[in-house]
Amino acid sequence: MERLKSYAFVLPILLLAAIGPSVFEMFGLVQISNFATMALAVLGLAFVWGFLGVLSLGHAAFFGLGAYAYAITVINLNESSFAVMAAIAVPALFSVVLGYFLFFGRVSDVYLGVITLCVTLVLYNFTSATADPSYHIGAAPLGGFNGITAVPQLNWPGDAEQFLEVETTFRICLIVLALVYAALVALRRSSVGRIMVAVRESELRSELLGYDVRLYKMLGFSVSAAVAGLAGALFTAVNGYVGPSAFDLNQASQFLLWVIAGGLGGLAGPVIASFVFQYVSTYLGTSGVNTDLVFGAIIMLFVLLKVRERVPALWGRVLQFRRPARRVQAFTPSARAVESGE
Amino acid sequence: MDQTIVLLIAIANNIALLTLISLGLAIIFGMMRVINFAHGEFIMLGGYATVLSANHGINLWIAMLVVAPLTVGLIGFVVERLIIRPLYGQIITTMLATWGLSIFLIGAVTTIFGNTVLGVSAPLGNITIGVYSVSIYQLVLIAITAALVGACLFVLNRTRWGLIARGTVQNPTMASAIGIDPTRVYAMTFMAGAALSGLAGGLLAPLSGVIPQMGAAYIARAFVTVISGGSAMVIGTLSAAGILGPTVAILSYAATPVIGEAALLLLAIGLLRVLPRGISGLWQGGR
Amino acid sequence: MTAILETRGLTRRFGGVVAVDQINLTVNEGELRCLIGPNGAGKSTLFKCLTHQLKPSSGEIRFNGRDLKGLAPHRIARMGVAIKNQIPSVYGGLSVRENIWLAARRTHYGRALDTTVAKALTEIGFETAERTAAKVDALSHAHRQWMELGMLLVSEPKLALLDEPTAGMTRDEMLKTVRIIQKLNQTSTIIVVEHDLEFISLLAKRVTVLHRGRVLVEDTMDKVAQNPAVRQIYLGSQWQPPTSVPVQ
Ligand SMILES: Nc1ncnc2c1ncn2[C@@H]1O[C@H](COP(=O)(O)OP(=O)(O)OP(=O)(O)O)[C@@H](O)[C@H]1O
Ligand SMILES: [Mg+2]
Repeated sequence: MERLKSYAFVLPILLLAAIGPSVFEMFGLVQISNFATMALAVLGLAFVWGFLGVLSLGHAAFFGLGAYAYAITVINLNESSFAVMAAIAVPALFSVVLGYFLFFGRVSDVYLGVITLCVTLVLYNFTSATADPSYHIGAAPLGGFNGITAVPQLNWPGDAEQFLEVETTFRICLIVLALVYAALVALRRSSVGRIMVAVRESELRSELLGYDVRLYKMLGFSVSAAVAGLAGALFTAVNGYVGPSAFDLNQASQFLLWVIAGGLGGLAGPVIASFVFQYVSTYLGTSGVNTDLVFGAIIMLFVLLKVRERVPALWGRVLQFRRPARRVQAFTPSARAVESGE
Repeated sequence: MDQTIVLLIAIANNIALLTLISLGLAIIFGMMRVINFAHGEFIMLGGYATVLSANHGINLWIAMLVVAPLTVGLIGFVVERLIIRPLYGQIITTMLATWGLSIFLIGAVTTIFGNTVLGVSAPLGNITIGVYSVSIYQLVLIAITAALVGACLFVLNRTRWGLIARGTVQNPTMASAIGIDPTRVYAMTFMAGAALSGLAGGLLAPLSGVIPQMGAAYIARAFVTVISGGSAMVIGTLSAAGILGPTVAILSYAATPVIGEAALLLLAIGLLRVLPRGISGLWQGGR
Repeated sequence: MTAILETRGLTRRFGGVVAVDQINLTVNEGELRCLIGPNGAGKSTLFKCLTHQLKPSSGEIRFNGRDLKGLAPHRIARMGVAIKNQIPSVYGGLSVRENIWLAARRTHYGRALDTTVAKALTEIGFETAERTAAKVDALSHAHRQWMELGMLLVSEPKLALLDEPTAGMTRDEMLKTVRIIQKLNQTSTIIVVEHDLEFISLLAKRVTVLHRGRVLVEDTMDKVAQNPAVRQIYLGSQWQPPTSVPVQ
């Protein structure tokens, strides 16, 4: 029973997938597909930060790498199935290499955050500087600041000529979201997932029990990167476009905000928060208010309030899925980092 | 020969630039263990302070060297009270809060001054070395940075204030036991760090102009320099800049600036694999 | 009798302080060794060196004849060295059962895992479901110590290092701890650091006295208590060895 309950969140998603096309217009479907791909991306961050205590500020890097990998592969091969796989594989491999240096170098949590962020910024600057036509991979020009345009949508696997309709793409986005959600819940409940939570609770104790903390962190990091890459692929497929903005600080902040607002340690909360804030964001965008101003203030507010443990009272009642914040140092799951002062 | 001189100047310039944009961040991190993600925006605000006051008739040098650090120092004072102090000791949480601040500041400046580049022209003109032309202002920047490093070292190591600050960092409890208020020391430190970032922004404004998002152009390099340097604030930063600067200069020269920046990051990641506590770890020991 | 643990010239410095100074220690298989010494003698530092939580400055550690040099802490744990640090290190946010499960998980699988966890919970006195579901943060000090001992118990170590397992316990609680440790000693070699004399006399046959990072004497408890050098270093500190050892 308890077991089923933890998967319950897939139901509203699947329900939306089922009835969406008969409720929303074309524009609404595309917009919700977009929201869903972003929600998928944030699942990766919610997982690695909430369960493993690894704060990756460079989650946008993996999202962007996936998005570019999809665009480049699909333009070259004219087939989306393989492109989606490439979009998962590229960020995952990249995260393994990066993770090797970060986790096996025993870089502290703070440095980890800073380096992952810098990786994102460098990727942003790099993709922005590829306007020259000489920057191309196969048939795909990188396009510099303008990005890659007219990226083909998803097609039926094996039939490159037959593109998916908007309704089908919409359903695929939501079903993938539900599947990944369920997979992460299952991972959390497995032995490996329990050990990951243990690593978050105390690295020292886990190590002294014989668990290779570095390996588990790298594993979780790669899972989050793969999820973000998949999300990037779907995002590009839905929009037919990818640009350096996939790597920019706004993108990175959105992911952070959704996890903070949705509740660290849960998966459903961040997904809901992502839908809410994306809706707010499009609304603000049309009303002319600067979104940076609003979201920057919201992040500060959430962080300051959460530290005083006011948020669970306000927010926890709304989001029943979320476990209440356990300790005052809500964003510092790894006790060792605090002790060593690094 | 001329080419060598120009390359050497470019190297010195890169070292100076890395040091200049990192110093404020390094002092705040080294003294308070606070990673200030709004560092880039402090630089941006320093730039705006300079450009706006210079465009309102204030002498450019005064705008750069006085107005910019003063303005950002005051902003730092407020930020410390509202955001840093309530979160003190919570490293990750502070990081997130300053992240929010960074976005907020970008939004605020965009709302007030618009999303366009403002600028002032660089003073002092150029000199020629053979067929190459070198901006005198760039040379002045190198000199100013050297003077700043000297001043920081002097204040930290040779003055009463520096002694109090270092003592507080070593042992806050002991410091308060002998009558020093650690809270005030941290407030002053944060202000000083913010002022240094503002000064950097002021000095860089004539070179690049100002735009609300300009912070992002500097923070990757500043962060990389500071974490490569490790906990010895000034010397660590200087040695990191001394290693990373020439690499960037040469690669930017041979390839493109973007390649230079990517190389900077790779070098730093490799360095941290060997020295997880940065270059300072070399002489500070540990596990 | 074979030596399970041997150190040769083991040294650890902190700047100018030599916390562990040229220690040669041999512990035989199945032994229960007590390690005593005044505050700052280097007992905890020695333990941390043995498990590579701290990197030794110099010297050699051999466990089961194998040099531990360069091994990561989790590798040493996998070889069968378990430690309870002086500062409790448990998963505060997880339940008692989860803590024990995590400790047993490395060496047990499937059904054996469940039975081992259940058995250990009984042995350390957490029978009721309510108790095993409690968050460790909410436990009393003594219960947290026992739970940490339980974690050691289920991991079935070859060598268990216990740093002050009865600190802050009442006498009754201490006696219960003695029973748990005796149980652990049936299968594991144990080195235990303690200040409580009664505890030591109940448990240990051999005692090693550490002072300023060096081994001062190593002998039976009676002999150690009579030793003038030992009496000398404890003079004036709160721990005064009595002339006769209390016997249960
Ligand atoms: N991380 C550290 N950094 C610097 N010095 C340390 C560190 N850990 C221990 N020391 C020093 O090493 C010496 C030995 O300390 P240790 O904790 O090993 O003593 P101990 O015998 O366990 O004492 P106690 O009975 O109080 O637990 C002490 O002088 C202590 O100050
Ligand atoms: Mg001790």
